[in-house]
Parts: sequence; structure tokens; C-alpha cells
Amino acid sequence: MATMSLGKALNSGLRRAMEHDPKVVLMGEDIGKLGGVFRVTEGLQRDFGDRRVIDTPLAESGVIGTAVGLAMRGYRPVCEIQFDGFIYPAFDQIVSQVAKLHYRNEGRVTVPVTIRVPFGGGVGAVEHHSESPEAYFAHTAGLRVVTPSNAADGYRMIQQAIASDDPVVFFEPKRRYWEKGDVEDEDDVDGDIDGERPPAEVPLGQARVVRVGSDATIAAYGSMVATALDAARIAEEEGTSLEVIDLRSLSPIDFATLETSVQKTGRLVVAHEASVFCGLGAEIAARISERCFFHLEAPVRRVGGFATPYPASRAEQHFLPDADRILHEVDRCLQP
Amino acid sequence: MTTAPVRVPGRKIPEWTGFDGLVQLISVDGQRTVGCPYWDLVADVDGDQLRDLYRDLVVVRRIDAEAMALQRQGELALWAPLLGQEAAQVGSARALRPDDFVFPSYREHGVAYCLGVDPVQMLRLWRGAGLSGWDPAVHGIATPAIVVGSQPLHATGYALGVTLDGADSAVLTYFGDGATSEGDVAEAFGFAASYGVPVVFFCQNNQWAISEPVRLQSHTSIAQRGQGYGIPGVQVDGNDVLAVLAATRLALARASAGEGPTLIEAVTYRMGPHTTSDDPSRYRARADDEEWRVKDPLARLSALLHREGLADDAFDHEVASEADAVAATLRAGCLAMPDPEPADVFAHVYAEPHPLLQEEKEGYLSYLASFDEES
Repeated sequence: MATMSLGKALNSGLRRAMEHDPKVVLMGEDIGKLGGVFRVTEGLQRDFGDRRVIDTPLAESGVIGTAVGLAMRGYRPVCEIQFDGFIYPAFDQIVSQVAKLHYRNEGRVTVPVTIRVPFGGGVGAVEHHSESPEAYFAHTAGLRVVTPSNAADGYRMIQQAIASDDPVVFFEPKRRYWEKGDVEDEDDVDGDIDGERPPAEVPLGQARVVRVGSDATIAAYGSMVATALDAARIAEEEGTSLEVIDLRSLSPIDFATLETSVQKTGRLVVAHEASVFCGLGAEIAARISERCFFHLEAPVRRVGGFATPYPASRAEQHFLPDADRILHEVDRCLQP
Repeated sequence: MTTAPVRVPGRKIPEWTGFDGLVQLISVDGQRTVGCPYWDLVADVDGDQLRDLYRDLVVVRRIDAEAMALQRQGELALWAPLLGQEAAQVGSARALRPDDFVFPSYREHGVAYCLGVDPVQMLRLWRGAGLSGWDPAVHGIATPAIVVGSQPLHATGYALGVTLDGADSAVLTYFGDGATSEGDVAEAFGFAASYGVPVVFFCQNNQWAISEPVRLQSHTSIAQRGQGYGIPGVQVDGNDVLAVLAATRLALARASAGEGPTLIEAVTYRMGPHTTSDDPSRYRARADDEEWRVKDPLARLSALLHREGLADDAFDHEVASEADAVAATLRAGCLAMPDPEPADVFAHVYAEPHPLLQEEKEGYLSYLASFDEES
């Protein structure tokens, strides 16, 4: 057990994956000596060499396209896209190639590429550095889309993503990079004299109830999980019990966990930074309405970004949902 | 019929350098050219091998003609004909070693044929009976790329893997003149040159990207487009199978030896439409077609074979019969190809289980089964 930031946990997870499988190679812009602009790959080129931690020319489509070829040669490339807003030049390679090659080859070719993307706002950045493009990729068949909300999940999930034979778009909530949490390592098991094992590993596609409650459910992911937990703490002081679910996987979505929760609470608010219109919340609202209609006490509410581009950073607090905006939607559920 | 590759005499890079003219070893009227240093690279190609190359050209053209006919008869959804580009494809494919790997576009039926792909299976994609026709690992050739210019990046990445493996294989990727305008092709040039990986960029400049002439794509020759990246370019007569074989051998040898990528521009002509949906009469002058008809890749090798006593009427007849037999098998195989089953729609989207897909599949299959129950 160690306490570390999400960024460091991802770094440790990458290191672990590289130690475990010599076919794991990292590719991206500035990931070598610099260690990436967020230092997630810090020290890895020093320790694994420049044939496994590969600085690339500045061309996102090129990064993903060459990763496809490496994967066809038997490698497991982990690509870093420097910022969310820079992924679009690689969109064709991701959607037409990475996502579809297994299908187009009728299962004869696997493309175990992991695409790491720092995403979301709240860090006071200039434009194109605060976006939440996850819905584009969740909409694309053939991709798995996941996002960890904390250090422990970051450490585990990056290893699971790399080990997956499917391509995984791995969104990292950038404003949580520096938040610390306890991370369990396999080594802890070996050193545990009581023989008590750490909790069983949660599968990559599974959601997690991170706070148990009874009056309403908040479904969130990435950076919004911490915001939802803040909201739940405030609500508790006001006598309202909120259950918080960290989706962790955006494709597939673990609807079973959501359904179980909504059958209990009868109310659901979905929170994300991305624009509400055609966002993940729309899909979740539709499915939960189909499946839990007679358990719902109120319509499913969504809270998220407006139907605007990401605004100037000194106005981003208006765009990003905070605990109060989540609670406002909770109130509308409780008093429909 | 033969699918045995022309013997490759080791991968040696000749002493000479700096030839920058159009590589042509057989003139338009079927004469061996004099003075081109590329002759060194095909010195081993004897009469038997020349006849085999001719056989390949004829069979590939016959496959193409049969596929065109099948499309016109409604048996294929679409076909992208290679008519006129047989020498560019056969000559380059016959330069490959078994451990090399190819990333083709959608027109390289001749390359796939040379690599032993069953022609019937080539039609699966075009008939709509499936999305691919062969196992890339078995034949050393990827599934055709329909998105123009997407595959040179895959070739570059695969070649990077070859380098990381410490192997001396080479990677050959095909694309057209139109694709050289795509950003992905430019990015592939940049990555390949920076990493010095063993990839050969083989552009069949067939003069037309559907209706757009090559001068709209590039202000320079295609071969020159690699220069800014430090990638040597060579222009070869793409209708001269020997010249293409020689130029590709040299480029693959350079790649294998760690000397990095080469850009080959095979100057050829798309004698037919872009695809069966196209109508070249709307944008192309008949005179252009006539000019290139004279340069036909089959006619010129045939002329050489006859002039040198390597072929006679009996040989021609034998080759034609062989090609007809391949076409008959192709037609029968195409007509017998089953449509996909409903469950096939859901197969292979993911390599690992996926609950949404499983749910949709079960839902749709039980929906279909409900009709059986009603009847």
C-alpha cells in the first residue's frame, strides 16, 4: 500500500505493464526525456530505453496510425495524446482503423492499442486544453472507453486497458492528476503476513458504488466523481442520502449496477463535464427510463456542460458542474 | 498456373548510385533497353521466369475482367479494376520475400494474387459477403484499405516493429497518386524517414484520382514528393514488369539493409474506370486512352518473348486457357458464396466479451425467431 497522486499511480501502472510484457511500448509527443507534459511517463524512457518509450513527430494521426501497424506486428502500443482537444486529427485512424480492424478482419487481427487522453477542464487552461470528447468514442463500435477517477483505479485500470485485446480509449481526468489516494500493489499481497488479500480486482467494464445512499443516485465519472461526493456530503448535512456511482467504463456502460441503485433510490442524476446534449447522460437516461420506469419517482436529470464550446478559462466555473449544480438537479428530482 | 515467386537472389545493393531517370528495361515495342543500371538487379531473370511473369500478367488481367463482368451482372456490389496496372502490381509483388509484409489499397488484386490469395476470396468484400477475404498473417498482406491514404501509416508502424524486433524483413505499401495529397501519407513519410524504418512506399501513379488528373494533386512528380523528407524517390515505367521488379528489389534491399524508406513512383495508366460506378467518358479524352493503349504492359512483354523465341502461339494459347480456367473457377466460387448469417453482423466487433453487443445480438435473434414461431 502506498499513497500517491493519480498521475504517479498511472506512471506506476505503466511501469508495471512494461515490466510484465516486453511488447508494451509507449508512443507520443514529449513522453521521453520530458516525461509528458503532465509527467505521467516520467522516468520510463530512462529505465526502459528509447525503443520502448518512443517520442514521435508532432502528428496525432501518425501516432495512432503507426500504433496500428505496431499492433499488427504483435506489439501493445500505448499512445499518449497530449491534450483532449488535439485528438481530432487522429479521429479517422481511431474510428475507421483502430475501432474497426478486428471487425473488418473478421477476428483475424487484434488491435490492442491503448490511447491515453488527459481530458476535462478546471485547470485554467487556454482553449483546446479542457475538452471532454468521450461521447464521440463511446458512440463508436469496436472501442472500449474508460476513465479512472482516483489513484487506485488509475493504477489498476491502465494495466487492464493495456492487457485488453481490444482497443481502449483511456481518459485521464487532468484536474485530478495531483490528487492523492491509497494504491494497492500486488506486492502488498506477498508481504502480508496475515494472508489477508486486497479486495478482488474490479473488472475494467464494471462500475463501482463509491458512496451508499437511499434518496437519489448520482452517476458520474472522471473528475465529476469527486464533485459528486462533495455534493453527497453537503446533502447529508441537509438530511438527504445520496448514492454515488463511479461509472469507470463509458463503453460498455455497466447498466446492471445503475439499475440496482435506481431500483433502490428511484431517482437518478447523471453528471459529466461534457455538453449535456447527446452526451453520455442522454444514453443513460434513455436506458434507465426503459429499464427502471416503474421504479422511477422522477424523470432522470442530467447536469453537465452547456451546448457551447468550452469557454474562456476565467468563465469555466459557469460551464463546469459543481456540487451546487448537481444538488440543484437532485432537488428537482426530489420535488418534481 | 504458377504462384511461385521469382527467385530473389539475396538482397544486395549494387555499387552504382545516382540514377535519376525513368527506369525502363523493356521499351514500349518490346526491346530490351541499353545502359540502364537497373539491369543488374534482374540479371537472374531467365526465360522461364519471364514467361512466368507474363503468365501472371495474363491471369491477373483475366481475373479483373471476370470480376468486372460479375459486377455488371449484379453479382458484385462494386469492383475497382486494375486494367493497365498489371505490370506495376506483378513486378513489385514478385520482388517480395516470404517474411515481408504488404499494406495495399483497394486495387491491388494482382499483388494479392501473387501472394497466393484465392481469387474467389478476394471477391468477398466486393460482393458484400464479408469484410475481408484472407488472413493477413498467412499471406503477408493486410486487408485492403478503402480509406484513401490510411495504410502507409500502418506500414510504417509495422516496419517500426520489424526494427524493434531486430529483423531484416521489409514492408511494402501501395497507394495511388490521389493518396499522396492525404495528410496521413505525408505523416507516414515523416515518421518513416525520422525512424529510418524498412518501408517502401509504392505509388501507382495511374494519372487519375477518379476524375482528377495527377497535376491537380502535385506540382512536382510524385517521386519528388519524398525529397523534402529525405526519402529517395525513383520513377519507374509502371507498365514494364522487369523495371518494376528491379526498382522494387532495390528499394526492398535498401530497407532490409537498414538504409530506410524509398518512394517508388510507378508511372502507369488506369485503362478502365476508377470503379464500376465511374464513367471516365465524362472527364477523359479518348486520345489519352489511345496513347496509353500503345504502352500496354502485356503487349510489350509478349512482344519481347516472341522476339526472343521464348514464346510461340502454343504458349500464348496455353496461358490464355489457364487464365480462362482461373476465371471459370472465380465465377463459380463467386456465385456459390453464401450470404452472411444474421448472427455474423455481431461477430468480431470486440475480441473480448461485450455485454451490450451480447444483449443486442440475443434480442435481434429472438426477434427473428419470433417469426418462425408465428408461422
